[in-house]
Amino acid sequence: MSRPEDLLPPDLYYNDTESAKYTTSSRIQNIQASMTNRALELLDLDRPSFILDIGCGSGLSGEILSEDGHIWVGMDISPSMLDIALQREDVEGDLFLADMGQGIPFRPGTFDAAISISAIQWLCNAETSDVSPEGRLRRFFDGLYASLRRGARAVCQFYPKNDQQRTMISQAAVRAGFGAGILEDDGGTKNVKTYLVLSVGGGDITGTVSKMEGVDIEDGRKLREAMHRGKRKGEDIKGSKQWILKKKEKMKNKGKIVKSDSKYTGRRRGPKF
Amino acid sequence: MKLLTTNFLTCAVKTCKTSPLSFPLHFKDATLERTEIDFDPLFMRNLLPRVNWDALTTTATELGLQALVPAKNPVDVVEQSRGDDGDIDVQAEAEADAEGTTINATETNADHEIEEEILRRLHNLLLETGVVEGKLVCGNCGFEYPIKEGVGNFLLPAHLV
Ligand SMILES: C[S@@+](CC[C@H](N)C(=O)[O-])C[C@H]1O[C@@H](n2cnc3c(N)ncnc32)[C@H](O)[C@@H]1O
Ligand SMILES: [Zn+2]
Repeated sequence: MSRPEDLLPPDLYYNDTESAKYTTSSRIQNIQASMTNRALELLDLDRPSFILDIGCGSGLSGEILSEDGHIWVGMDISPSMLDIALQREDVEGDLFLADMGQGIPFRPGTFDAAISISAIQWLCNAETSDVSPEGRLRRFFDGLYASLRRGARAVCQFYPKNDQQRTMISQAAVRAGFGAGILEDDGGTKNVKTYLVLSVGGGDITGTVSKMEGVDIEDGRKLREAMHRGKRKGEDIKGSKQWILKKKEKMKNKGKIVKSDSKYTGRRRGPKF
Repeated sequence: MKLLTTNFLTCAVKTCKTSPLSFPLHFKDATLERTEIDFDPLFMRNLLPRVNWDALTTTATELGLQALVPAKNPVDVVEQSRGDDGDIDVQAEAEADAEGTTINATETNADHEIEEEILRRLHNLLLETGVVEGKLVCGNCGFEYPIKEGVGNFLLPAHLV
């Protein structure tokens, strides 16, 4: 199947018809809900927070934030998507028509956290010839970094086209100053879900991300290693049940307390209703 | 667009980033609306220290709502009275704040000192009051951001990015 990103610019791809189809599909609703819940889990917020939702679309991700007691602001480049968001009762966030590739127009330290669900891969498809993906990625991550409070996290689930795109995106985040890591759910399957986990820390580039289980630190060296590792045969796929069991074994040996294994170990969580 | 959001929005034009005149943006031809949002004192307590009070006062005045804004941020009022007692190290707290560390017990104390009634009134102003139609104008470059059905249009022409 071809990628929507390769067909049209986002505001044209998500026209009235496509936006309505997208929003009313129960399959899509479920997937977006479960990915947003996963992002929330990774954000690990300890109080009702002020959150930016980048590429908020018709509000499928945002309404999960509301359910969890947060107040959010959403940005999207598609007027049709935002129109649908306005018509939907459950959408409580403040909405903006804006292009994330132009930056994030909020003063420094505005948000406790940010999420982006299935959107930032669009940055790699520059709409016109006078703007490069690199320039758009830089403006996006620089702006995002500044708009977040110290110690804040951002989680961006995205669909990288290939390893090169994945690297380009995470490198741009690191360059903006973020501590960055990548987590994959269902790695190695066609349902793989990629999360870029970012933290605004002081000094140490890896920041809080390094302490999070299952998250790979992104810096140039590690990235290349990871790519080599991916090619090697016989390794457990990160996030797979086998991989989790091994990791738990390792932790246990180090004297750490880990959750006992169950039939749910390594399974993805369903959407929250 | 909620008053809350306008307290954090800046002009998106590149050359305005460094100008103090680009914040807050100014309302023009604004039509107000009210939306009901559940009151959450925890959210308000989390948010208030971040609200720029001068900007809020300016915005509210432009909309004819100045009567709804207390003279001072209630967070600062509590802060100050504690500082006068001399029993709290304001400096250390400010540093902890700047580091982004989660704050000690003193903040929790302060939280309880802000009356719920004040929080409710500010919830009403910041989260439930918004602009449905109108414009936000930059005080530095004059760029006008239209607001339609409560949605602000912050798309820039390429030469201003
Ligand atoms: C697959 S949808 C996801 C929407 C929502 N986050 C959800 O989970 O349902 C991707 C969204 O990204 C938006 N998008 C793409 N490029 C963008 C850009 N440059 N700036 C802002 N939004 C963009 C699209 O308009 C679309 O609404
Ligand atoms: Zn301006």
